[in-house]
Amino acid sequence: MSAVGAPPAPERPALDLNIAEKTFPGQGRHAVPVPVVRDLRLRVGARESVALVGPSGCGKTTTLGIVAGLDRAFTGTVQGPADGRLACVFQEPRLLPWRSLAQNVELVLPPARRGDGSARCWLERMGLGEAMARYPGQVSLGMQRRAALARAFVTEPSLLLLDEPFVSLDGPTARRLRRLLVETLAERPCAALLVTHDLREAITLADRVLILSPRPTCILAEIQVPGRREERTETDVERLRQDLLDRPEPAFRLIA
Amino acid sequence: MAPWHRTLLSIAGFLILWELAAHLAASPTLPGPGAVARVLTAETASGQLPYHLGVTLARVAASFALAMSIGTAIGLAMGRSRSLNGFLDPWLVLALNVPALVVIVLAYVWIGLTEAAAIAAVAINKIPNVVVQVREGARAADQGLLDMARTYRLSWLDTLRHVLLPQLQPYLLAAARNGLALIWKIVLVVELLGRGSGVGFKIHLFFQLFDVTGLLAYTLAFVAVAQLIELGLLSPMERHVGRWRTARP
Repeated sequence: MSAVGAPPAPERPALDLNIAEKTFPGQGRHAVPVPVVRDLRLRVGARESVALVGPSGCGKTTTLGIVAGLDRAFTGTVQGPADGRLACVFQEPRLLPWRSLAQNVELVLPPARRGDGSARCWLERMGLGEAMARYPGQVSLGMQRRAALARAFVTEPSLLLLDEPFVSLDGPTARRLRRLLVETLAERPCAALLVTHDLREAITLADRVLILSPRPTCILAEIQVPGRREERTETDVERLRQDLLDRPEPAFRLIA
Repeated sequence: MAPWHRTLLSIAGFLILWELAAHLAASPTLPGPGAVARVLTAETASGQLPYHLGVTLARVAASFALAMSIGTAIGLAMGRSRSLNGFLDPWLVLALNVPALVVIVLAYVWIGLTEAAAIAAVAINKIPNVVVQVREGARAADQGLLDMARTYRLSWLDTLRHVLLPQLQPYLLAAARNGLALIWKIVLVVELLGRGSGVGFKIHLFFQLFDVTGLLAYTLAFVAVAQLIELGLLSPMERHVGRWRTARP
């Protein structure tokens, strides 16, 4: 007897998210809770990269906080990767200012793996070989963001959360870092969920782009980006962006 | 004029003023600096002053360590948990307002005239102040960094050591400074009331003999040691833990 013909078990997604409702407590004495997210369902396959794009203040960061497990006050379910390996790159780099870049990266490793050289290796890969011993306050914002990426990748995540990871960088620096992220994801693949307000960034980094509505947030439209991320050129990205902005649906007017 | 010149001038001015006052008073209850210095050297030579100063220092160190560690633990817990803070806050207000003397007398009555009672009494007097300062620091801690620690599943020990304590450092240092100043003074009262050694005991003795010269000699030695601890221990510590602030690109 052989097992020939048994179909492979469907791979469990890296993220299965179902937020029925998330509200913020209102202000004042007769406060009415404000709904922030409503009926948001999404799945991120293993090694898939999904971008959430929406107007500012629409609850993107709130959604990411729920996925990261920082916020449990919502109705619905969230199921992360089976091995629980989750890393996050925050809107601000969130490095410890009183620890060197090397110490910052080393710290997120389990104690047994500290000092095994992987922190150093990832910092070098991010182009920070020279700056390892520096404090975050001594390096540029771009370098801090690189260190935050090194810190995320050193944990060998199955799901990488990115919250506006390249915001407030100048254009060329942001472009360089986006390319670095795409290359790194190609070499060390993992699922990624990216939150951004920049459609160009979303198309560059994602396989699938979800357009979110203003509060209460839900998904308005879904776009499958053709081709492999690492083969996409800036012209491809620009063409798809123009194409999306020209579409008649109101969803695309929100992000223009 | 260099700052240390000014300090020197200031000390000299104080000594001159003191000498002048002693000269005008011409009374054994106000001895001049010379007389005090003579007693200071005599007491040092006889070993009396180093012994009693050492005993007091040991008590200060023990109650300081006790008050800082217990106070930091409670302050951190109260600063991070709203419900715990709500529950413990009335106790804190009570503890802050019980006079030091009452705590000392109660400790001696309940525990007995022992070393443990003396050290406990001093620590209990100081703990509420440490709690208030550390709680303030814990409340001001950066939530973003704590969220980072949570997403990366840092152990509570790592979170404490690398994320929370560095943020608490200015508050801890302020608590340590105020703490030393307060503990010095309370230790003397504890010694005066129920111990057979230490600077406080000696001052009690001098008071009974109306020996102001001896009293001033011990006081000066005491102040000098307190200042040495500030200069030799607290200030270098502050510079060491704050070096990331001053590091230049």
